[in-house]
Amino acid sequence: MGWTRKILRVDLTKGTCKSEPLNMKWAQEYLGQRGLATKYFVEEVDPKVDPLSPANKLIMATGPLTGTPASTGGRYSVITKGALTGAIACSNSGGYFGAEMKFAGWDMVIFEGKSPKPVYLAIEDDKVEVRDAAHLWGKTTWQTEEIIKKTHQDPQVRVASIGRAGENGVLYACVVNDLHRAAGRSGVGTVMGSKNLKAVAIRGTKGAGGIKDGKAFMKATAAAKKVLADNAVTGQGLPTYGTQVLMNVINEMGALPTRNHRDVQFEDARKISAEAMREKRPTDGKTNLIANAACFGCTIACGRISKMDETHFSVVNKPEYWGATGGLEYEAAWALGAANGVGDLEALTFANMICNEDGYDPISFGATVGAAMELYELGILKKEQLGMEAPFGSAQALVKLAEMTAKGEGFGKELGLGSARLCAKYGKPELSMGVKKQEFPAYDSRGIQGMGLAYATSNRGACHLRGYTVASEVLGIPVKTDPLVTEGKADLVKAFQDATSVFDSAGVCVFTTFAWTLADLQPQLDAACEGGWSMEKLAAVGERIWNMERLFNNAAGFTAKDDDLPPRLKTEPAKTGPAKGKVSGIDKMRPEYYKARGWDEKGVPTKETLNRLGL
Amino acid sequence: MKVTLKLYATLSDYLPTEARKANALELELDAGTTPAQVIESQNLPLKLCHLVLIDGVFVPPTLRAQRALANGETLAIWPPIAGG
Repeated sequence: MGWTRKILRVDLTKGTCKSEPLNMKWAQEYLGQRGLATKYFVEEVDPKVDPLSPANKLIMATGPLTGTPASTGGRYSVITKGALTGAIACSNSGGYFGAEMKFAGWDMVIFEGKSPKPVYLAIEDDKVEVRDAAHLWGKTTWQTEEIIKKTHQDPQVRVASIGRAGENGVLYACVVNDLHRAAGRSGVGTVMGSKNLKAVAIRGTKGAGGIKDGKAFMKATAAAKKVLADNAVTGQGLPTYGTQVLMNVINEMGALPTRNHRDVQFEDARKISAEAMREKRPTDGKTNLIANAACFGCTIACGRISKMDETHFSVVNKPEYWGATGGLEYEAAWALGAANGVGDLEALTFANMICNEDGYDPISFGATVGAAMELYELGILKKEQLGMEAPFGSAQALVKLAEMTAKGEGFGKELGLGSARLCAKYGKPELSMGVKKQEFPAYDSRGIQGMGLAYATSNRGACHLRGYTVASEVLGIPVKTDPLVTEGKADLVKAFQDATSVFDSAGVCVFTTFAWTLADLQPQLDAACEGGWSMEKLAAVGERIWNMERLFNNAAGFTAKDDDLPPRLKTEPAKTGPAKGKVSGIDKMRPEYYKARGWDEKGVPTKETLNRLGL
Repeated sequence: MKVTLKLYATLSDYLPTEARKANALELELDAGTTPAQVIESQNLPLKLCHLVLIDGVFVPPTLRAQRALANGETLAIWPPIAGG
């Protein structure tokens, strides 16, 4: 439907809602979702704002292809200043919530201020209302969704909510929609909780419409779907094995961060891999994985649905966790597993469930547990503080800490602050494995050099989805590059970052890029949206979005010294595997990257760059 | 010489049942054997042999019939896959 051309502005302080026309000039410059919502955000919010103050805003935004027949066209993003990072935050989620927002007739919802009491926003097409949520406060995301559906007497209402983590100030809390899809990173759920906003419930009945050229659009989307179906990765690999198939690949390559990045290979990687999820358990003869799943409009279906071993210690007395639920993706399996040295697949599945149920990021949580386990092994954290023994490899500790973090109990409160604040508090800031206070994902930058640069320069802190050079360095998409060298990585990272900015602003999933290039997306956007969307225009939009985010972060106080990796990755060589003896070449790549971007040596976009991009 | 062959994802089906639990099989090979020869001798479909690593290092398709395996090395192969 292209844009609905309508946004909803909600003043939580006053409890009022109003409709506004979408700024169509900005839509031509920033497309939608990540780009367009960030444009609204940077125009309206002081970069120095405290992320948890009422002056911060939070935007839920769709893209022009959200809700359309374009494959994977179900995405929406949450844009704010991140609670974990203090940087611009944009967390993207699938499921069905984004499409429902579009069906109700809204491109985005902007939340301002802070409600004096817990509330949720109910949207039914044009009817919008801020409702009391006293009965929902203290509930999990799963309970919240169930209660709202019963209250509205409508099983098709779509819900995005925070769990107890978002209420309790866990700095990496998510916004969870459709039970196990999440706008997961940077603490966007923490910001939502700080506004006393428990949930957004949407029912849209307007359906898709407003496509600029319907016939051309259907032709373009059909052609693009064929590309996905014919591609061996998106047509077969991802639906069959999901993202978890990477566990053994990255381990073989010696780039699987293990035990808080002390090691780069995990001896139990296979036990927590996609292959293991499909094997019958000796205990009950059943497999962990029971089905794959798709988000709205997706023709890839990489999602995992799992059922736990009912005899596992984590759930043996908790039948409420015996049903089918969202299973492990690669990032969660790595963070909850290899990052802590835990090789118990069922324990990881349980901890992942708790992350979904109470709404917090398994990457940041798992990596923070890894840091805590290292502090424990160094004798800095004691059993009495943690409430348990917590050496690397302890599945019992992982499970208990997950529950404590969800409830905000005991040491769980400290874990909820993330690894940067935890390690700083105990005098070992260098043991936090992240950038801009956000924890690394599942790739060690000593073994995949381009990812080190992508992490260091990611506008939302360490992130794999801002510039996924793994596609090229490991998988050969679109071309194979050598993961162990720094040469050429500045241009590669820039190209991935700019292209991803476009996909994140269109309303489709970034996983399409394993088969699609911008040339596959362009005809779909051009047929759906007014304004003439050429390849050149899209390329400029991507680079403009990246620079806009950078300008916000610079104004927020970030400098070139924040585009860096922890000392461990620069001074402690990889011990095993192909990268044995290597450290990250970030200090060589950073100036090359600044030059490729048209930034000065301090990482500030030059006047020429800003003029070229219309910023 | 001894070489470890690891097959993952759908290629696991080409391993003997007892080897699937570890996705690995020990092979006794003649000196000078290449990945291409292993792929042929194990009846692996060529189009499923997408990502080929020796001791974790990528072997491009053009070198798979040239790069000789050495005693103690691990040859690991995946079909087209991705993640994130």
